[in-house]
This record gives sequence, C-alpha cells and structure tokens, in this order.
Amino acid sequence: MKLSFELNGKPATLEIEQRESLAEVLRGRCRLTGVKISCEAQVCGSCTVLVDGLPVSACTLLAYEVRGKRVTTIEGLAEESGRLHPLQQAFLDHFSFQCGYCTPGMILAAKALLDDNSVATDAEIVAHMNGNLCRCTGYLPILKAIRQAANEMRDEK
Amino acid sequence: MTTLSRFEIHQPASALEASQMLAHYGEDAGFYAGGTELLLAMKHSALNYRHLIDLKVVPGLNSIDVRNGFLEIGATSTHRSIERSALVEQHQPAMAEMESQVANVRVRATGTLGGNLCFAEPHSDPATLLLVLGGTVKIESAAGAREIPVGDLIAGAYASTLQAGEILTKITIPCAKPTHRSAYMKFQIHERPTLGLGLWLETPDDGRTFTSARVAVGCVCPFPARGLNAEKLLTGSCTEVEKRLPEATDAIADAADLLDDHEGSAEYKRHLIHVFLRRVFRKAIGEALD
Repeated sequence: MKLSFELNGKPATLEIEQRESLAEVLRGRCRLTGVKISCEAQVCGSCTVLVDGLPVSACTLLAYEVRGKRVTTIEGLAEESGRLHPLQQAFLDHFSFQCGYCTPGMILAAKALLDDNSVATDAEIVAHMNGNLCRCTGYLPILKAIRQAANEMRDEK
Repeated sequence: MTTLSRFEIHQPASALEASQMLAHYGEDAGFYAGGTELLLAMKHSALNYRHLIDLKVVPGLNSIDVRNGFLEIGATSTHRSIERSALVEQHQPAMAEMESQVANVRVRATGTLGGNLCFAEPHSDPATLLLVLGGTVKIESAAGAREIPVGDLIAGAYASTLQAGEILTKITIPCAKPTHRSAYMKFQIHERPTLGLGLWLETPDDGRTFTSARVAVGCVCPFPARGLNAEKLLTGSCTEVEKRLPEATDAIADAADLLDDHEGSAEYKRHLIHVFLRRVFRKAIGEALD
C-alpha cells in the first residue's frame, strides 16, 4: 500500500506492506534508528514514538495506522540549528542515561506529557512514565530531567 | 525484529459490512480493533489471520454518550479517550480512574475497550470493574442485535462467547448515582496485574449502611468472577461489613478459580484478596487507605 504521512515535520510517501510495523518502516525504510526495539510486547517503551502527539509502541503499531498522521521520532526533536530540545538537554544535564537504549523512548514519552500538561506534578510524571523502563540509571535522574525541561518549556511559552 | 506474516486489511463502511466480511473470509479473518493484543498474538503465531477487518474505520463506533441514565461507550473507543472523557468522569468516575491505569500510556492510546473485552486476556482490568458496575455489551450481526451482561461475554481465558460474524459494538454502564460507592484496585509487580478487585455498594445513608453490594475479582483466575456469596456479607451496617471482610475474602476466593502460576500460588492470591478487599472497601467509601 502507499502510505502518506508527516514524518518529523516533513511530508513522506512510501510504498509499504500492510503487515509492517511502524518500527520496521521507520528503522528499515526511513533509517531512523533512534526507534529502539527491545521487548516487542508494548511493555518496555524503548520503541516509543509520537503519533499526532500521542506516545505509541512502534514495535506493535502497524505503519498502516499513521496514514495522514504526524509521526515524531527522536531525530525530529532538535532544531535545524542543532539546538537540542529542552528534554534532550535536560537528560544530558542530569546524566539521565547510561547505555542510552531507553532514552529516545523516555524523551518522547515525556514530551507527550509536557506538551499536554506543562505543570505536571512528580506524581503525574511518574504515573505517565511508568510504562517506560530503564535498566541502568534508576529513575531519579530521569524525573529530575523532566522536571527541569517542564520549567524551561513553560518559560519558553 | 519480529515480522508478521502477510495479511490484507479491509475497511468496512459499517458494522454490518464488517460482519459480512468476516462471514466471507471465515476462519482466515479476524476483527482488528486496536491491535494491542491481536498483533502480539499474531507475532507469536497464536493467531494466523490472513485478513484483518479494521473496525476502527467504521463511523460512529467510537462515540461516548449518556442516554437515559446510561453511559454508552462505542466499542472502538480507546482506553485513553475513556480515561479523558468528561462524560465518563462525571457519570462513572470509577470507570475513568480504572481506564487511567490500564497497562501504560502507549497501550491506552491505541487499545480499545471493545477489543479488550472480546480478547478476554485474563490479566486485564476493565471486565472486572464492569462486572460490578452492571455493564452490558451490545452485539450485532446480520441476524440482528442483542444485549448481554459483560459476564456472559467472557467464556474463559482468551475466549469470548461471540459467534461467527458477531461484533461487539457498544458497552453500556448505568450512570453512578449519589447513593452508589464504587472502586477498582489492582496489585501489579510484573508486566500485567496479579490481582484486580472491583467493588460496588449502594448506601442510602452516606456510608452508614449498605443495602446492596457487588464484588468481582480478576487476574488471579482464568476470567473475572463475581463473588456472589460474598456480596451478601457486604451488606448491613458499615461496622458489620468491616467485621465480615475476612469471611467475604474466603467467599470471593472460593468463587474464583484461583490459579497457581508464575504470579504466585493460589494461597498467595487468597492473601492478596484479603489485603485488597479491605483497601478497596475503604477506597469505595472514601476513607484514607492504610
């Protein structure tokens, strides 16, 4: 099938098979390897991307589902100038990763939250992020980074 | 990365056309409502459909309305849309809260309530609460429509009572009244809940006495079960009911087919019911949890 959608702010049209997951299309056809594959069961969150601003598991969502929609991956977050998104910068500032495998999914999940609720409390952040697993850092640096980014994103508005 | 076997997606214009498509393709076809469970089963070749009939494109199947004292939720409403619905929050807040805790944000953004119920995954939340809220489902096919209690939809683990060509189109829940108290709680340390417990009470005097009760348990057993014998024990004065909670625990545990599995022994699950029945009772009547 022909799939037309918006990918990181630019129109995209691809020929895909209906059985292909969004992760297969993004990684294999679009070479966006920031979409990380791990559990393949919608449990870990490493393959999180945003579809019309909502976090989804690209490993288990058919690419067919994004026809006409906006898809955002980690590659689409930084500005053209290279300036990082406040969440990316905050994850660096707080060293909120070690191996980094979960980081794209963490940042995109957090972006979905902060775009919707820029005054999220710690409890709301934890509830929202509880489906994104990290096996290196412990979660406190991640929480701190999201708090910092929330403050910056509010100030920028 | 797991690649699915080839299939073709079909887009019906109505529930009736979807039913006809399923009849046409027979066992080679399945309904596709959110995919959060279906696609996992297909990845593992537990299901091998060559045709998926996409119910999400059927107009009107994802509406949420209130009519004549009942909340009507279209089958392809996502967990997120129910969690965020002002109507659900206003008319059945226990449902909105339960939906806000289903799986994770990603599953809630794509998974649908109708799909969840038809899939009958044992470690799932919605059916357990719907049993105590008095939820019913509308089932349509070329032969007509029928409405059945949620309990009659679920035949067992991963099995519904839907016949070939039948589609679940709507979930109907009586709106909460000021005399109603209800709550759902779960216990979860793995990917899916180990225990889900739903409680509904009717109180004419703001929690001093309870004239009617419904309780259901899920996840610890192959499919959610009402604790009918426990429900009698959960009526009477608040003090009496609190004293009878241990007895009610046993009645709930006896009504469910408690499993020994990787989540724990049947004995452990009985203990969980004991702990959580007290908590869910406190939560339902608005008392602080210990």
